[in-house]
Amino acid sequence: MSPDFLIALTILSNFVLVATSRVNKAIQIAVIQGILLGLIPLAMGLGRHPHILFMVVAAIAVKGWLIPFLLRRALHEVHIHREVDPYVGYTLSLMLCALGTGLSLILAHMLPLKGGTKVILLVPAALSTLFTGFLILVSRRKALTQVVGYLILENGIYLFGLLLVEDMPMLVETGILLDLFVGVFVMGIVINHIRTAFDSTDTRHLAELRD
Amino acid sequence: MALLLIAFPLLAALAAYLVNSSTIRARILPAAGTLHLALLLAALRHWDSLPVNAWLGLDALGAWVLLVISTLFCICAFYAPSYLVLRADRDSRIFCVSLLAFLGLASLLAQARHPGVAWVAMETTTLVTAPLIYFNRNRRSLEATWKYLLIGSVGIALALLGTLFLAYAAHFGGVEEPLHYTRLMQHADLLSRPWLRAAFVLCLVGYGTKMGLAPLHTWKPDAYGETPGIVGALLAGGVTSCAFLALLRIYGVVVAAGEARFAQELLIGFGMLSMVWAMVFMVRQVDFKRMLAYSSVEHMGILVFGIGIGGTAARFALYHLAANALVKSVLFLSAGNIHRSYSSKTLPHVTGAIRRTPVSGWLFLLGFLAITGLPPFAPFISEFNIAAGALTSGHTLAGAAFLVLLAGIFIAMSETVLQVVFGTPSHQRVRTPYSDTVATTAPLIVALCLAGLLGLWLPKPMHTLLEHAAVTVDGSMAPREVPAVPLAGPVLTAEVPHE
Repeated sequence: MSPDFLIALTILSNFVLVATSRVNKAIQIAVIQGILLGLIPLAMGLGRHPHILFMVVAAIAVKGWLIPFLLRRALHEVHIHREVDPYVGYTLSLMLCALGTGLSLILAHMLPLKGGTKVILLVPAALSTLFTGFLILVSRRKALTQVVGYLILENGIYLFGLLLVEDMPMLVETGILLDLFVGVFVMGIVINHIRTAFDSTDTRHLAELRD
Repeated sequence: MALLLIAFPLLAALAAYLVNSSTIRARILPAAGTLHLALLLAALRHWDSLPVNAWLGLDALGAWVLLVISTLFCICAFYAPSYLVLRADRDSRIFCVSLLAFLGLASLLAQARHPGVAWVAMETTTLVTAPLIYFNRNRRSLEATWKYLLIGSVGIALALLGTLFLAYAAHFGGVEEPLHYTRLMQHADLLSRPWLRAAFVLCLVGYGTKMGLAPLHTWKPDAYGETPGIVGALLAGGVTSCAFLALLRIYGVVVAAGEARFAQELLIGFGMLSMVWAMVFMVRQVDFKRMLAYSSVEHMGILVFGIGIGGTAARFALYHLAANALVKSVLFLSAGNIHRSYSSKTLPHVTGAIRRTPVSGWLFLLGFLAITGLPPFAPFISEFNIAAGALTSGHTLAGAAFLVLLAGIFIAMSETVLQVVFGTPSHQRVRTPYSDTVATTAPLIVALCLAGLLGLWLPKPMHTLLEHAAVTVDGSMAPREVPAVPLAGPVLTAEVPHE
């Protein structure tokens, strides 16, 4: 499978994600995206380096299994199924996502790539995924969906990291693995606290503090 | 020595975790703080002999920032035991462990010579400070923690992307690992310009979020408002200084690459915006802890503004880092005392603090006057010189706006502060058993005296340290001292005022 095909699928999953209202489905798509991302380095032929293989396995395990597991457990206990009236509607989100992807292509065009780079779609895909994650983070009310947004944002950084991972493995791998760790560990704990304190993970409850 | 500075507070954190008696645990804090400061002072003598390829080590800039953080930690650590006695109902274990771990990680960040290591340190600093914000364990502090984590994590993720961009800029130009700052600065002319610029923007946004620059500061009023004053002091003077340092390191590379003009415009813009934003939200602010948070936004704005102006202003921005940290500790700790005494932190309930808690009331008032630029306190010196630097280096408009904003912020803050300190006692007040003791006020008085002393007299070794730190940040300052880095294009040198 060519890496470009997998990257295109990743961008496609961004669109599906911003258009979905069901929290369960959003988590499912995040899982699919996590696995797609795990396959890209293999398709790029990076699987021969054991340390990259380790990063891939860790990323798939965390993004594809651990985080969704934590999120689903929280979801199950608070009985939320849908993202009710998000700050930005689904149609508008979809259009913004398309706009962001377009801008990413322009932006990536302005950044020169080192000669000999085979996968040229990585930079625009990284920027577009980053933008999608950001969009979900700011436009959704549920803490669970916000965490999904954070995961997608991280996926964008992971995509960019693939550009560098062969030449500077230590920098990229530590960064990505540590970022993942935060995603799971901290957010998982706080979601637990929010659940017990509010009996729901709707961040609308978290709106007492304002000026 | 480098490792000891990092390992010692972490070991103290481990000790605090293992100790069962809360009295002994609380005493570990001042002991560890003092020892760390002593170790640092001993290590300071060697800052100029740092090997180029070291992974860890103190250079002038790192030493200066760590000196500020360590001093601030000491002040807070001496305040902590008496505070924890007042909050005996809360488990102090996580609190002490987090504080000490923060000190260790700040030492790591200050000594990190590699952008990746610096990023890791910044990330872990966010992690260990989050439980501090949740200290009160109520809904409001949970909300503050959630915002702190979510916004902070996004910021730190952007900074990671910025770091990767920086690495790609180096890779593009043929500079390979290890990307020590010194190497990056020496080979700065090889770095790919578009990637470097993009890296700087991402790091500015990312670390700027951690600093709390407007408009990325939205976590700040909530976090500072809901945490105990002691944590507020450490966040406002410590965590923000860490993020500022991480940003300055990248800025140093950008300046070395001759892209200073581009970066300075961004810094001045962010600085101005933060000051305007802070002023707007300080007007008629009824919650005095939130007001202090906006004051912190303002001072982060002053820091990046000073760096953006460059030259003398950049040196005084670094000096302002110390001034801000000292005075903020006075403000947050005295605000904490007043909060405790009234069991409220909003205006109609808290008035006339000067009668109920005279020492804290006076300290709060003096802290306010100091931070808004009353001579002889240190913030006056830095604010004056940053304004003078802006006006004499061709940034007339920015300098004038800076002065107007300082005046506006003084007026906006004074309304709230004067009511808290002098206002007529309201019948809504709640009586609490708290009253000022030596233990809850002496560290503040020391901090205020230090801020005054710093304004009058900077010891010679510290002066040298500060000058060299400024050179690291803004290479245009003194070309005679940085022969290794060929930089400072004509644009830059023209802006430097001759002293």
